[in-house]
Amino acid sequence: MKKTILTYLDKNTSAAPLAVFRIGFGVMMFYSIIRFAAHGWINSLYIEPQFHFSYFGFEWAKPLGTFTYLLFTICGLTAFFIAIGFKYRLSIILFFLSFTYIELMDKTTYLNHYYFISLLSFLMIFLPANRYFSLDYNKTKTNNLTTPSIPQWSIDSIKLLLSIVYFYAGLAKINSDWLLKAMPLKIWLPSKYDLPFLGNIMQQEWVHYAFSWTGMIYDLLIPFLLLYKKTRLWAFIAVIIFHVLTRVLFPIGMFPFIMIVSALVFFDSKLHENIIAFLKKQLSPLSFLLTPLSRKRTGHTPYEIKFKNIIIPVLVIFFTFQLLFPWRYLTYPGELFWTEEGYRFSWRVMLMEKMGNAQFKIVDASGQSFYIQNDDFLTSFQEKQMSFQPDFILEYAHFLGDHYSAQGYKNVQVYVDCYAALNGRTSRRLIDPTTDLYQIKDSFQHKDWILPLEDEIKGL
Amino acid sequence: MKIKQLALALFSVILISSCTESNDDSANGSSDNFDRKSLLENAADNIIIPALQDLDSDLVALKASKEIFIATPNQTNLDNLRTDWLAAYKTWQYVEMFNIGKAEEILYSFQMNIYPTNTTDIQNNIASGTYDLTSPNNNDAVGFPAIDYLLYGLGNDDSAIIDFYTTDSNALGYKNYLSDIIDQMHILTTTVLTDWTSSYRDIFVNSTANTASSSVNMLINDFIFYYEKGLRANKVGIPAGVFSTTPLADKVEGLYSKVYSKELALTALQAVQDFFNGRAYNNSTNGISYASYVTLLRDNSGTSDLTASINSQIEAARTELNQLDNNLFDQVNNNNVAMLMTYDELQRVTVMLKVDMLQTLNISVDYVDADGD
Repeated sequence: MKKTILTYLDKNTSAAPLAVFRIGFGVMMFYSIIRFAAHGWINSLYIEPQFHFSYFGFEWAKPLGTFTYLLFTICGLTAFFIAIGFKYRLSIILFFLSFTYIELMDKTTYLNHYYFISLLSFLMIFLPANRYFSLDYNKTKTNNLTTPSIPQWSIDSIKLLLSIVYFYAGLAKINSDWLLKAMPLKIWLPSKYDLPFLGNIMQQEWVHYAFSWTGMIYDLLIPFLLLYKKTRLWAFIAVIIFHVLTRVLFPIGMFPFIMIVSALVFFDSKLHENIIAFLKKQLSPLSFLLTPLSRKRTGHTPYEIKFKNIIIPVLVIFFTFQLLFPWRYLTYPGELFWTEEGYRFSWRVMLMEKMGNAQFKIVDASGQSFYIQNDDFLTSFQEKQMSFQPDFILEYAHFLGDHYSAQGYKNVQVYVDCYAALNGRTSRRLIDPTTDLYQIKDSFQHKDWILPLEDEIKGL
Repeated sequence: MKIKQLALALFSVILISSCTESNDDSANGSSDNFDRKSLLENAADNIIIPALQDLDSDLVALKASKEIFIATPNQTNLDNLRTDWLAAYKTWQYVEMFNIGKAEEILYSFQMNIYPTNTTDIQNNIASGTYDLTSPNNNDAVGFPAIDYLLYGLGNDDSAIIDFYTTDSNALGYKNYLSDIIDQMHILTTTVLTDWTSSYRDIFVNSTANTASSSVNMLINDFIFYYEKGLRANKVGIPAGVFSTTPLADKVEGLYSKVYSKELALTALQAVQDFFNGRAYNNSTNGISYASYVTLLRDNSGTSDLTASINSQIEAARTELNQLDNNLFDQVNNNNVAMLMTYDELQRVTVMLKVDMLQTLNISVDYVDADGD
């Protein structure tokens, strides 16, 4: 066993797939950041709101006012450097830090695919992705003769991360709402009536079920179909169709394209060699621009990973965490979709349609009370997200309690009158209206002030 | 090589198909069996335009009785003027929720019904004799609430009020201001109505897509916004003190006439219910509406009858509201608990509209177009 592992760790492969992956990732991220800024989201999500929702334990990560733009600039610039392979290690570290910090600033904007980008960029810190077709290694002797080689595990680790994302997303779809009620697709798809060609079939109930089941099967099988050489091309076509379709149906931004580009990593190096040859041809007129930036180096063949003794254990811990963390919901009682205890960071993508309405009540020592108008403190987007997620509700209750205590109210108590509707069920109370939320400390403990759904969604 | 070409071909297809991040309205016919264009036509032709036309003629009548009162300020003419003011104010309750098109552009409702009115601003305007009624600074010095003050609130009794228009040293100033704000209200209403009847109606009914800027989505969002703020909060919640430590009785609608505050709220609630059910303004026929849309979608997904629930909850709110004193100012001061109970029932309607109905229609509430997952 140990021998097998050691042999595997010594196995080398072409550096081309990882180089293509690096370029794709860099370009996609560079474009994502530009798009984010062009939409005005830096301002509307991170600068305008007077209050930001924090992740438990990361309350210190707050937007930096005007410097938030600088943060995004760093993030976008390093993404570009990653694409061209310029000072790769430093760039990917800075990218990981800036991107993750952006995500930590306000959990209102949480998306699974942002989390995925954070994980991926962390992983890429430890991979020799700049070994080939990069400015860092532009002048090595071997460059123009043979493709350098890198350890097999460095490419496989990306495949593993992608496989985890797909497979876990598939497992999450094995639940009774998704498979037996075709919810939430039964709500979402009919509203796409105005799509050309597709609008019509989106109204058919059998389509809602077909999409639900196909989505589940696709997510579970696609990693294996991509790994298996004989089915790889068909699987990749399926990846493209699936993600383009989700892009057409749902406002999910760049994610589909990131996944499509990522899936290329499963292909043989021959394809990547062709892609690089093609890119080289296209970029040759620009080479004079890049020459001054290139570093002179002599290549080592095969590529030696420095700090291997550190990197391997780090990656083992990283992947162990990835495999276990999504299961943490099992330690909580109650219905996961309702309490959302362990819902995030576990690849539950587009699984539910949930809306809520939360009316907060402040009571002080003299028994005086008043309700809060949420738009006095929150943006409409924040209010929407807060209204059905208990951890947001608790955090906001504390913000309100602090706010009114600071204004001189004594012994402030904070209650909430909150209703939520999940996957087409009639709205019902989400939070116990008699619980003074200001006295509740947030923790990873079960939130016993969440009222039960009184319905069971069967599944894993 | 084959793989590469295939990948490149597919890639270009994606890139082309991905460049559709626009929010423009496409006027495609609907492809499900719900006719959204009919919903919009019913709203425009049988509800919005008729209500605006009625308001317009009410304001013409109000202008006429105002001219008579200004010429001869006496009790009879004051009574007639008040009667016409109330009739127009009640019709306004059917118009305020439609903050769309020209109304949104010119901030129509801000110039018609901001209350409590600012008596200091009104008195200053009258004293100076020069004022720009369209200025945002004067939003709380014009419209129905300002007339309410000028016809009911200037003095302690009717003869004292009439004195302001007769023996007061600045009687002319009072007459001019009363005249100007009524004329201005008519100008605004005509502007909005003309826009509907000339060009906007067709643009409106053809905007049936599911986008943030389409009529179907904006109309329902405006409706909910009005219900939550204009009706639930302004007419009942704020005076009852639900958003403040103490009740604020002087925030009621029609503060100076006092006895119409409940009637105006009931009218608004009826207007809300009629719009939801697609009931015509001039007769009692129900056309295609958000109610029928909700019913269709709930039937298709096999979930409970939400339309009936919304209607019965509106009835429950109306029952509570009916039990209140005609004079909500007195109601707040004498028995605010009943006022709070009314608010609670109105709040339950809010939940049904904002949570259950919007989830069913799958129309987004927020205007932040962030990505989903």
